[in-house]
Amino acid sequence: MTETLPGATVPDPLDETAVTAAVERALQDISGAANLDELKAVRIAHTGEKSPLALANRAIGSLPKESKASAGKIIGSARGRVNKAIAERSEVLEAENDARILLEETVDVTAAPRRRRAGARHPLSTLQDRVSDIFVGMGWEIAEGPEVESEWFNFDALNFKPDHPAREMQDTFFVDPPERHVLLRTHTSPVQVRAMLEREVPIYVLCPGKVFRTDELDATHTPVFHQFEGLAVDKGLSMADLRGTLEHFARLMFGQEAQIRLRPNYFPFTEPSAELDIWHPGAKGGPRWIEWGGCGMVNPNVLRAAGIDPDVYSGFAFGMGIERTLMFRNDVVDMRDMIEGDVRFSEHFGMEI
Amino acid sequence: MRIPLSWLREYTQLPADATAEDLMADLVSVGLEEEAVHRPSESISGPIVVGQVLSLVKEPQTNGKTINWCQVRVVPEGQEQTLTGKGIDPSGVQGIVCGAHNFVEGDKVVVTLPGATLPGDFHIAARKTYGHVSAGMIASARELGIGEDHDGIIVLSRLGLDPELGTDALALFGLNDQAAEINVTPDRSYCFSIRGIAREYAHATGTSFEDPATLVTAPASLEGGYDVVLDDRAPIYGVLGCDRFVARTVRGIDPTRPTPQWMVSRLRLAGVRSISLPVDISNYVMFELGQPTHCYDLDKLTGTITVRRAEESEKLETLDGKVRELDPEDLLITDESGPIGIAGVMGGASTECSDTTVNVLVESAHFDTVTVGRSRRRHKLPSEASKRFERGVDWQVADEAAQRVVDLLVELGGGVADESGTDVGSAPEPVNILLPGAFASERIGMEFSEELIARTLGDLGAKIERRGADYLVTPPSWRLDLETKEDLSEEIARLVGYDKIPSRLPVAPPGRGLTRTQQQRRRLVQALADAGLTEVLAYPFVSQAANDTFGVAEAGAVRPAVKLANPLSEELGWLRTSILPGLLEVAKRNLSRGFRDLALFEAGLVFLPEDSRIGTASIPPLGTLPTDDVLDALEAGLPHQPLHIGAVFTGHDSPAAANHAPRLWDWSDALDIARLAGDILGVELVVTQGVHQAFHPGRTAQLALRTGEVVGFAGELHPKLLAAQDLPARSVALELDADMLFEAAPDVIVARHISTFPMATQDVALIVDAGVPADDVKEALREGAGELLEEVHLFDVYAGQGIGEGKKSLAFGLRFRASDRTLTADEASEARAAAVARAAERFGAVQR
Repeated sequence: MTETLPGATVPDPLDETAVTAAVERALQDISGAANLDELKAVRIAHTGEKSPLALANRAIGSLPKESKASAGKIIGSARGRVNKAIAERSEVLEAENDARILLEETVDVTAAPRRRRAGARHPLSTLQDRVSDIFVGMGWEIAEGPEVESEWFNFDALNFKPDHPAREMQDTFFVDPPERHVLLRTHTSPVQVRAMLEREVPIYVLCPGKVFRTDELDATHTPVFHQFEGLAVDKGLSMADLRGTLEHFARLMFGQEAQIRLRPNYFPFTEPSAELDIWHPGAKGGPRWIEWGGCGMVNPNVLRAAGIDPDVYSGFAFGMGIERTLMFRNDVVDMRDMIEGDVRFSEHFGMEI
Repeated sequence: MRIPLSWLREYTQLPADATAEDLMADLVSVGLEEEAVHRPSESISGPIVVGQVLSLVKEPQTNGKTINWCQVRVVPEGQEQTLTGKGIDPSGVQGIVCGAHNFVEGDKVVVTLPGATLPGDFHIAARKTYGHVSAGMIASARELGIGEDHDGIIVLSRLGLDPELGTDALALFGLNDQAAEINVTPDRSYCFSIRGIAREYAHATGTSFEDPATLVTAPASLEGGYDVVLDDRAPIYGVLGCDRFVARTVRGIDPTRPTPQWMVSRLRLAGVRSISLPVDISNYVMFELGQPTHCYDLDKLTGTITVRRAEESEKLETLDGKVRELDPEDLLITDESGPIGIAGVMGGASTECSDTTVNVLVESAHFDTVTVGRSRRRHKLPSEASKRFERGVDWQVADEAAQRVVDLLVELGGGVADESGTDVGSAPEPVNILLPGAFASERIGMEFSEELIARTLGDLGAKIERRGADYLVTPPSWRLDLETKEDLSEEIARLVGYDKIPSRLPVAPPGRGLTRTQQQRRRLVQALADAGLTEVLAYPFVSQAANDTFGVAEAGAVRPAVKLANPLSEELGWLRTSILPGLLEVAKRNLSRGFRDLALFEAGLVFLPEDSRIGTASIPPLGTLPTDDVLDALEAGLPHQPLHIGAVFTGHDSPAAANHAPRLWDWSDALDIARLAGDILGVELVVTQGVHQAFHPGRTAQLALRTGEVVGFAGELHPKLLAAQDLPARSVALELDADMLFEAAPDVIVARHISTFPMATQDVALIVDAGVPADDVKEALREGAGELLEEVHLFDVYAGQGIGEGKKSLAFGLRFRASDRTLTADEASEARAAAVARAAERFGAVQR
């Protein structure tokens, strides 16, 4: 790059016309600079040490004293105009340059890879947490117990008479040898008894967990499934309290329009006993009542087994299947989907239900 | 329980146009759950009429068969055919080809006319066959869906029927009737009868009903009948096996008399098929009154009947032709020849009624629920009779039921009843329940008036006496389930309607929220999912081999495990001692479905008995609080059941994509996730080279607490195991005892005071023997450097040229900082030198 401007002459610092011509030429070159590199060359040519205006400025020194002020004013003004134009042009070119770089860096965001693997909770486990949270929010506590259980907790303490058909091997997994009275709990109800033995009245607990029955796996049965069971023991509890609790829970679970229905039923551990239906407005094939679980007032023999005086306290209990709840709430049509561990099933739910 | 509507209508105001669905909708409110509808007319429709064979021409065919070309009159002589339709002859006589040969000219038969539909969606039309147009079909019992008999067509005279020609055969065979099937809960045995259902229908609808038991007139007392002795010397729970035995005799029954079609069709709808008149009558009365009865062939009985327990090694051939080894707990009906029946379960073959029986002894007895239940289970003989006895039968109805059987044998079988009869035994003590006046209102949560309580309990059939403010209630004899004031409260609520119970939300006292362990478990499970793993829930049933491989680190050792007495599969007959076998099965299933990149985890209980001893020799009774010692013993009989987390990884860590190269999972991922589990809970896990038979011997980390207690393993699964299980090579896994982690988590984390003075960083590369664990060298550096060392990390491992055979170079970055001043370069260097010196001293480390 040359530092001198081709064909340019150094103007007489007192010749305003010549100086203006140099300025005009500079301004023309500045506005003609297409990029920052060209502007840099223009800047050196018109403001550098060997530029006409710089040389004209230097020539002021050799002028007569009385002319110096006037020449200085002419040259100073000229250099000011040129510098200002360079600064303005530089700003424009820099902005253009920035915009171009950003444009050039454009990517296709739709082609982005998923680097982090998306994990998933099992919906049964998520649902169990959700149910627990509703009851914890009501001041209830979550109680737990072993899955391999003593026959006493699973049956006798719950008022199942020794010859009750439910004790038959066809429903219950017994641990070998069966004479030692150990089994896989067939329901979460033994946790009720444990909760009553461990806690002081009043008791308000929810017992979620895994239970076992000797059913072969098919679309509607599984030998291993999950339940949640509620128990309240207090003074003066009645079936009205049971209904109120179930209604509150149903609304939190299924929305304000949820309705429940109680039908007489029989369970050894409750008296009176009821079957609990829930109105399912979104059921496939039209709105209808769906069997959701069992409930009732705790049988006095159950309270006695836990050392609670049934003449002073009363209680209510209810139990529902988590699989069943998920099936009708989330339209799962085949039990096996919940059991087999196909990753598509859990991953579809992600962390939610 | 199936309820034929025509039967129920005899004793209730069931409307004529009511359907099975209507009936079930009414019964649901009193607690009888709907199960199914049985409606033959859904699969069969007319015109199906009675016809008479006018002529029959036998025509041999080239295929060797002989067919009958029949002219069949289907309207009465002299009348015109009023039915119209394609293939129906206006003359009233149909030409029909029939392949059966069990009939002759003049027989009345069932004709399915063109336009009729038979079960199996079989449409009848006039069609050409064997050179004739066959305008309909002469039907067999099987074709009509009313029996299995397919040997020939129905000849009505043999069923005792002589209807007018043209009569609707659907009505004749009760095919217009329908049944509602309901689910009866085990406490309400009285609902296994039309009698009980009729009463409940009246409760549900408020209409009246007639008790079929009161329509029978049984003699006030029976004497002089067949000799029966009740001799139970080993009652179960102190309850006599038989506390009533009514026996009645009917002689001279015509064994050729068929069971009338109204009875056959009701029995069929109720779920049993017709066998013979005496057996059908016995079944009919059982369905009607709920009392099972039995008919013996009187001429096959030998001497006195004794009801007693079985003796050792006694045998009985039951009605089904099987010889049963009897148990001393079985209650038997015996005569002087030996056992002739297992009480309430099944009769014996030797005294069975046959098609030549003319003299019958009717048994109507009351047997103990437990005795019958045990015999039924022991001999695997579920029957309609045992179902009722097991749940409890009305003691009072035995003589009425016997009378009803006698009446029907006389009426339908042409027999003559003996005046005399037998009725031995003693009535049970009546149950009296004291119901405090306000109890039901309090327990149900709504106000019941005195009038309402008296009326509802009265409707049930109970006797009520006022005792001051309370009631003394004697339940009816058929309500064996009513024993307590709670039971009576349920009855009052049930008859008022559960839908009338108000709603009130009780407020629980302030709760403690989730326990710390519950919170820890949630956080752990959520963290694993957040880390990209998919949660699964596998079954806990595994093989012994799986437990011996995964449940114990040392090869060849036996892992004590819980064995099931009645597993679904003999092979998977043990409970898991490790989460991994189940997870690997799930992994395999996913692989077989085409999913090759997997990261699965499960949090679940494992079952770790200390040895093979489990349980207790006995358990305490119901209804009372056991002592602490007894409760402790029950607890001690259970295996240790800690929560474990397990994870399995195979394939790549993420999906392949443009601009992204997924990485294969390796042993360090398993370890990383295991450490994450520790971090989530604030528990530091000490990693050492581990040995576990299920894992690669050189690529396994043992994870322990600071105390040295081992909490699990992480690393690459053993290549041989992966190959044997058909799993991809290099699959990795981890398993941790989550309960131990929860326990080890700090209660309070003491804050670290943050120094704002500048740090000084120094690197060091140390050459050590290849077998020295990097973590141990790091620990030595940490110790040697002293408290100025803020952090040390391994940033490079190198082996090869310039290092020497059997050696490796470990490069560590050390960060020093003091809490109270800016460190000088000399201080940092001094600390670094001390660190190196310690590593040199402990592992012979040489600076590179």
